[in-house]
Amino acid sequence: MNQPASAYFIEERHDPNETHTLAVLVQNEPGVLARVIGLFSGRGYNIESLTVSETEAQKHLSRITIVTTGTPMVIAQIKNQLDRMIPVYQVVDMTQTRRSIERELAMVKVRGQGEHRVEALRLADAFRARVIDATTESFVFEITGNTDKINQFIDLMRPLGLVEVSRTGVAAIGRGPEGM
Amino acid sequence: MSDKSHNPNQMTGAAMIVRALIDHGVTDIFGYPGGAVLPIYDEIFQQSEVQHILVRHEQGAGHAAEGYARSTGKPGVALVTSGPGATNMVTPLTDALMDSIPLVCISGQVPTHLIGNDAFQECDTVGITRPCTKHNWLVRDVNDLAKVLHEAFYVATSGRPGPVLVDVPKDVQFATGTYHPPRKSDVHRSYAPRVKGDAAQIRKAVALLANAKRPVIYSGGGVINSGPEATRLLRELVEVTGFPITSTLMGLGAYPASGKNWLGMLGMHGTYEANMTMHDCDVMLCVGARFDDRITGRVDAFSPGSKKIHIDIDPSSINKNIRVDVPIIGDCGNVLGDILQVFKAEAKKPDIKSWWQQIAQWRARNSLYYKKSSDVILPQHAIQSLFEATRGRDTYITTEVGQHQMWAAQFYGFEEPHRWMTSGGLGTMGYGLPAAVGVQVAHPDSLVIDIAGDASVQMTMQEMSTAVQYELPIKIFILNNQYMGMVRQWQQLLHGNRLSHSYSEALPDFVKLAEAYGAVGLQVHKPGDLDGAIQEMISVKRPVLFDCRVAALENCFPMIPSGKAHNEMLLPEQANDEATAKAFAGGKALV
Ligand SMILES: Cc1ncc(C[n+]2csc(CCOP(=O)(O)OP(=O)(O)O)c2C)c(N)n1
Ligand SMILES: [Mg+2]
Repeated sequence: MNQPASAYFIEERHDPNETHTLAVLVQNEPGVLARVIGLFSGRGYNIESLTVSETEAQKHLSRITIVTTGTPMVIAQIKNQLDRMIPVYQVVDMTQTRRSIERELAMVKVRGQGEHRVEALRLADAFRARVIDATTESFVFEITGNTDKINQFIDLMRPLGLVEVSRTGVAAIGRGPEGM
Repeated sequence: MSDKSHNPNQMTGAAMIVRALIDHGVTDIFGYPGGAVLPIYDEIFQQSEVQHILVRHEQGAGHAAEGYARSTGKPGVALVTSGPGATNMVTPLTDALMDSIPLVCISGQVPTHLIGNDAFQECDTVGITRPCTKHNWLVRDVNDLAKVLHEAFYVATSGRPGPVLVDVPKDVQFATGTYHPPRKSDVHRSYAPRVKGDAAQIRKAVALLANAKRPVIYSGGGVINSGPEATRLLRELVEVTGFPITSTLMGLGAYPASGKNWLGMLGMHGTYEANMTMHDCDVMLCVGARFDDRITGRVDAFSPGSKKIHIDIDPSSINKNIRVDVPIIGDCGNVLGDILQVFKAEAKKPDIKSWWQQIAQWRARNSLYYKKSSDVILPQHAIQSLFEATRGRDTYITTEVGQHQMWAAQFYGFEEPHRWMTSGGLGTMGYGLPAAVGVQVAHPDSLVIDIAGDASVQMTMQEMSTAVQYELPIKIFILNNQYMGMVRQWQQLLHGNRLSHSYSEALPDFVKLAEAYGAVGLQVHKPGDLDGAIQEMISVKRPVLFDCRVAALENCFPMIPSGKAHNEMLLPEQANDEATAKAFAGGKALV
C-alpha cells in the first residue's frame, strides 16, 4: 500500500465484520447510558440497536442490550471497554456465549383502502401481528419477533401504504434455567 | 437537635471536601479560585493541614498535579471553579487518562437549581469530562459527598490509575450533612480490578521464557505505576533470565540505563538495537505497556516471528493493537512476582549467547550518533552535558513535547523510576513547566529540571509566576532551536520541505522574561560555555529560565519512518546533512 505523508501508519483492515448482541448489566445512575453511548461514538464502534430499562429496581440495576458489528478483535475490544467502566457489573456476549432468544417489538402504521387494506390484514395475520388501532382507512399493527421477521413484515407493508414504524430495538435473554 | 450540632461529622459540603483530602493523606493541592468554589476556598483559608498552591491557569494546576503524582506515586489533586475553570482542565485530564496518572479534580458547579439554565459560568462539566476521566460524578446531595470523594480517590489510584473528577454545585458546598471516613462500601460493587494473574497463564509464560532463543523484555509505564516492588521484580527478572530489556517512553527508569542488559528506548525514535531486537525476537514479554502506535510502527510487520506475552491490569489493553499469545491480566508487580517464583523453581537461565552477539552488532551501529561541533551547541550534546552535570544528584526531569523530548529520552540516563515526567500518550506541549512545579512542591530539596522547547514552553510560561511565588527553584532548560523542531522535521521529511508555520517567529528574550517574573535568566550560545552555565543554573537556588541556543536545523534520529517496520529504521548516517539538504533541494518526501 502506498502511504500518504502522515505521522500515523495508515492501515487497511480486511477482517470480516460480525454482528453480536451484548447484554450489559449496569448500575442505574445518572449518566450511565451517556457513558455507554459515548464509548461507542468516541471509539468509532457501531450501534445497530440499543435498548435500556431498569430490570431490578431495588438494586438499581439496568440492563442495556446492544447489537453491534465489528471484526472479532473489535468486538472483543468493545466488551473489554464496556467491562472496565465503573458502573458496569457484567457484559455478556449473547451471540457467543450461549444460545439466546432475541425479540423486538414494532408498531407499524399502514394507511389504505380496498384490496390493499385487506391484504395488509391478511399478512398481519400470517405474521401474528395484532391490530391495536384502526380507523376506516388505517391500521396500527403490533408485531414482536426477531429483527429479521420485523424487517420482513415492514417490507411487505411498504407497497400497501406504510406510514411509519416505531421499534423498541432488540431485547435478548439466554435459553435454559441459568441467569446471566 | 442539640446533640446533632455536637456531632463532629456534621459539617458543610465545603468542609467535607477539605476533611476528605486530609483523610486521604493529601498535603498539597493545586488550584485556582472562582465563584463556584469560594466556600471551599473559605475552608482552605481556615486550616493548615492542606497546602494550596495557586497556579496561574487551571491547565497548570492539572499538569502540576500530574507531576506531583508521577514523582511520588500518590494521587495529585486539583481544585477548579465551574465553567472556564473546568474546561481549562480538559487537557490535563486527557493527558492523565492517556498516561494512567492518578488525578483527583474537584470542580465547582453552579447551584443545583440553576443547572440546565445556562447560568453564569455553567457548563456540563461531567458531560465534557466524561470521555477524559476514568470516572466522574456530579454530587447533588451533600449526604452523598463523603462517599463520592472516597470513591474518587479509590478509583483514581486503584487498578489502572487515572484521572477522576467530582463536580460539586455551590449549594451542596454550603449545605450541611454527615461526613464519614473512607470505608469499603463507598465503592461501586461493579468495580473490582483484577490484581492477581491467572496461574495457568503464568506457567505458559514461564515455559515460553525458559525456552526462548531470542527473547526481549519490553516494559512500560505500568511497571512504574505498580510501585517500587514491581521495579525491583523487573530488575530481578532481568538478572535471573539474562534477557535484554527495552522500554517505552513512559517506562524509562524502571530498569537502570546503566544496566548491562539495557537496549535503550524502543519505538519511533528508539535505538536501532532496541527496535531490531523487538523485530527479530522469538519471545517478547510485554510488561505494563500497551503496543501504542509510536512503538509498533507498522502493525502487520511488527515482530512477526515472536510469541508474545502481555501483562496488563487493564483487560482492554489486551489484543487492542497487536494480537498476543499469552495475555495475563493483573498487576505488574504481582504477576512478575509469580513469574519469577515459577521461573526460579522450574527453569534455568536460557543460553542466549548468540542472541547477545547479534545485539552487540546492532549496538555497534551507534544509532544515537551525532556530529559535535565547536561552534554551535548540538541539542544532543546539551542533554548529555546536563546529564553529566546532574549525575548522582537527586534529580527529577520533566519535558515538553517535541524533538527536545525525544533527545531527553535518548540521552538522559534514568536510573530510578518516578524521575522522568513526560507527556507520552497525549503529547501535550506545555506539560513540562507546570509538571516541574508539581514535582518541586513534592520534593522541595531536589533538583527539578524541565527540558523544554522554545515553542512548548510558551504554552504554560505563566507558571513561572507560581514558581516564583512559592520559591520553587525549578530549572527550565530550553533547547532553543527557534523552530517547532518536530513539526519542521516532519515537514522536511514528508511535506516537501514546505515549512508551513513551524518557525518560532518573534521569540521573547527568555532572559528578560525570566527577570520580569523575578526569576533568573541565563543564555548560552557556545559549546565552550555550556558546562559552566549549567553549573551556574544548578547552584542558583531560584527558578531559572535557561536559554540554550542550539543548532537550529538538527533533526531527531534514528527514526522509523511512517508506514515502515522496526527493521526499516532511518539511521543518523543515512539522514546526514546531505540527505537533509537533498530533501531541502528536491522538496521530495522520503517515504
Ligand atoms: C498542545 C500541542 N499543540 C500542538 C502540538 C504539535 N506539536 C508537536 S511537537 C511541536 C513543536 C514543538 O516545538 P518546540 O517546543 O520548540 O520543541 P522542538 O521540537 O523544537 O524541540 C508541535 C507544534 C502538540 N504536541 N501539543
Ligand atoms: Mg524548538
